[in-house]
Amino acid sequence: MPKLPIYLDYNATTPCDPRVVDVMLPYFTEIFGNAASRSHAFGWTAEEAVDHAREQVARLIGAEPKEIVFTSGATEADNLALKGVFEMYSSKGNHIITTETEHKAVLDTCKHLEKKGASVTYLKVNNEGEIDLKELEAAITPQTILVAIMYANNEIGIVHPIKEISAIAKKHGILMMTDATQAVGKIPVNVDRDGIDLLALSAHKIYGPKGVGALYVRRKSPRVKVTAQMDGGGHERGMRSGTLNVPGIVGLGKACELCMEEMEAEAKRLAVLRDKLEKALLELEEAYVNGSTQHRLPHVSNLSFKYVEGEGLMMGFNREIAVSSGAACTSASLEASYVLKALGLGDDLAHASLRFSLGRFTTEEEIDYTIQAVTAAVKKLRDMSPLWEMFKDGIDMNTITWEHH
Amino acid sequence: MTYSDIVLDHYNNPRNVGTLDSKSNTVGTGLIGNNEWGEVIRLQIEVSLTTRVITAAKFKTFGGGAAIAASSLATEWLKGKTIEEAARIDNMDFVAALNLSPVNLHCSILVEDAIKASINDFLRKNGLEELSVAEIENADIEEEEDIFH
Repeated sequence: MPKLPIYLDYNATTPCDPRVVDVMLPYFTEIFGNAASRSHAFGWTAEEAVDHAREQVARLIGAEPKEIVFTSGATEADNLALKGVFEMYSSKGNHIITTETEHKAVLDTCKHLEKKGASVTYLKVNNEGEIDLKELEAAITPQTILVAIMYANNEIGIVHPIKEISAIAKKHGILMMTDATQAVGKIPVNVDRDGIDLLALSAHKIYGPKGVGALYVRRKSPRVKVTAQMDGGGHERGMRSGTLNVPGIVGLGKACELCMEEMEAEAKRLAVLRDKLEKALLELEEAYVNGSTQHRLPHVSNLSFKYVEGEGLMMGFNREIAVSSGAACTSASLEASYVLKALGLGDDLAHASLRFSLGRFTTEEEIDYTIQAVTAAVKKLRDMSPLWEMFKDGIDMNTITWEHH
Repeated sequence: MTYSDIVLDHYNNPRNVGTLDSKSNTVGTGLIGNNEWGEVIRLQIEVSLTTRVITAAKFKTFGGGAAIAASSLATEWLKGKTIEEAARIDNMDFVAALNLSPVNLHCSILVEDAIKASINDFLRKNGLEELSVAEIENADIEEEEDIFH
């Protein structure tokens, strides 16, 4: 019997690795200097620590330390990249290309920019969650300044062909930005190999602390500039003012170092556990995987169990197992996940989805327990579901006149 | 999402899950909601043709915890009530009894609608007029009268 509750929501956030906490601790008390204090030893040691972390972050993504701008997280990095590029290059054009399935940090920032005069193309995805590269290229206009496409999707784990996407952008002289929050530290990401000009990442998705992240901004071929979104002391080469969160940055650095060392073995271990979980749950009738299984993060599985509703299903085991549901029946809008809807999932399947995301501390024992608990809950809920009964009776759901209130 | 203990109790031990014969003229079926909302509630009542008292109630619900709990509670409330009394069950009665938060208001409305739909289905099947607002409101005084002349 594993220790309960079991955490399988690593895409939402990860626990801080104790090794990360250990290196952070002295920076709260003993080494508390302001990294911007250039005139005394307290400042120098803080600055050294930040420089070291900058190298650790840069190394994980194949960048130069000077190309790393520390932020409060990936949301801020996404905002800085999109707004910063839009403002900096407004004389060249106002068109941005992104996808329908981006994280809200990108989608809502694009919506904001539309109000400021931007024209945004939201590329559709197919039923696997993939974009059409021809459609991407066809969307490019002389006004296009930026292609912003996530490295890996948070809900379904699909990994986009960033190298191919950036090649198209480069061909047309357009900047390529990627929200790599879910990919960095999980799979190899390299800004040169992948042709990335701007990249957002966050510490708390890779066993570092919450409230710290980074934006990679390419310095050579091309030299990318972004307009600062925060005015102040000119920290981070003027791109992001604000006293540096030294303990957080130190933690991010250490988290990156650990990922660098352990990522490959961990990905292999998690893929085995994820596949075991997925295979067992797919043995249930009318169970489906959402999104591509070909190009996918090794630790993510998004499954739909038809004729049960996600939140209702989760309630069956959420005191024991923590997962996410694509159903939003608790929200006033009663909308299913926009990512799953973008894959073309019917409402019945979109409402019935669970996202399992595994991580560093997931054990096989936990996976075995999860298989048994989820299977039991699906069966119980289906016994209670009028839709399941209709399905079993062979009634075509489309022939039913639903009474709206 | 945190639910009250009574919601959890109904979720874990749902009362009267099941199916009544929808073809029987003593049974009224209310099917409310749709896939789009992620909620479908089917409530069925079995009614005495002479006394108009509900003798059995069953539900099946596709939805979240609040929808399941409200449906389950509805079946408990319905048994033993006349259809006029049943028609007066208000969605806010579920909100109060289950201590539902405002985001779950919708579920309570669907269950209220499912009750009304099941009553009307029973009445229609038996060639009877659907209940008017006045009848529902005056149920207290009318409940002793035999309308089956």
